[in-house]
Amino acid sequence: MKLKKRSREVAEVPQAGMADIAFLLLIFFLVVTTIDVDTGIGMQLPPPPDPDQEPPPIRERNLMNILVNARGQILINEERASLHEVRQLVIDFVDNANRAQDPNLSEDPRQAIVSIKTDRQTPYEIYIDMLDEVIGAYRQLRDEASMREFGIPYRQYQARVSRDDNVIREMYPQNISLAEPDPGS
Amino acid sequence: MSKFQKKQANTKQQVPTAAMPDIIFMLLIFFMVVTVLREVELQVRVDFTRADNIEKIEQKRLVSYIYIGPEILGGGRYGDTRVQIDDALVDDIYAIRRLMYDKLMEEPRLIVSLRVDQQSEMGIVSDVQQELREAGTLRINYSTLRGAQAPM
Repeated sequence: MKLKKRSREVAEVPQAGMADIAFLLLIFFLVVTTIDVDTGIGMQLPPPPDPDQEPPPIRERNLMNILVNARGQILINEERASLHEVRQLVIDFVDNANRAQDPNLSEDPRQAIVSIKTDRQTPYEIYIDMLDEVIGAYRQLRDEASMREFGIPYRQYQARVSRDDNVIREMYPQNISLAEPDPGS
Repeated sequence: MSKFQKKQANTKQQVPTAAMPDIIFMLLIFFMVVTVLREVELQVRVDFTRADNIEKIEQKRLVSYIYIGPEILGGGRYGDTRVQIDDALVDDIYAIRRLMYDKLMEEPRLIVSLRVDQQSEMGIVSDVQQELREAGTLRINYSTLRGAQAPM
């Protein structure tokens, strides 16, 4: 009996096609990739209303009522206004204690509440434009305070301190109330 | 025989290709990591509105989306405004409460991103917000693009 010793084939994976396979996969991922960042306006909703508890009393001067109807017309504290005036009005209202000290506007930025109310038919776009202006007003106030106190813009300051130590945030809390919309016509 | 023989470099004129798969693999891995496969099939139309004072959502894992917009009927037609969560349209708006509560239990730091079509009316958006309040998912984000506001 003859036992032939077979010469073993060298087990090798062919490497030539590897690059092609990798290319194919690469192209697939290139095509399906969408590098999109989620951006938007962050808000904190109030907790659900407790039926047993009365809402806390708010002095009239600390509340800014913004009404937006279905046609985008704006009523601020019973007076008509246009969208590009809103920012300045909100700033005047919130920061009243450090500015004009008008007895009809808020006592203190911490107590100031901006209430936004819409009709059910109001387009979302108009509502967001409105919210954008109000947030913009707060951002401006915080920026000014941060420059005054620390000499840096608010964004930089915010990155440096933790949320609990943020004195600017405490100084100008964003008290925005989203009222339930009117049923409308 | 001419004296001036052309001098030829002895080196081979070839780009070394041995490392090519590695480079490709590296690119591949990069794209695999950044890819977010589209996880839902949109059944409503969502055209984002624009705003200036916006922030980025850093932790994408915490985000859950609610889509609000006109239902896509096909053939370029749109139906009534509907709410979509994950892959399904929500028929009963009061079901949102339980759905979102379950999600909140899974992820206590949940952020709800509202992706609303710019032409939707505030009524339905507000109804959804009331449901979110009941569910206890209070951190929300109105998804918008960066850019100049549309003139009013």
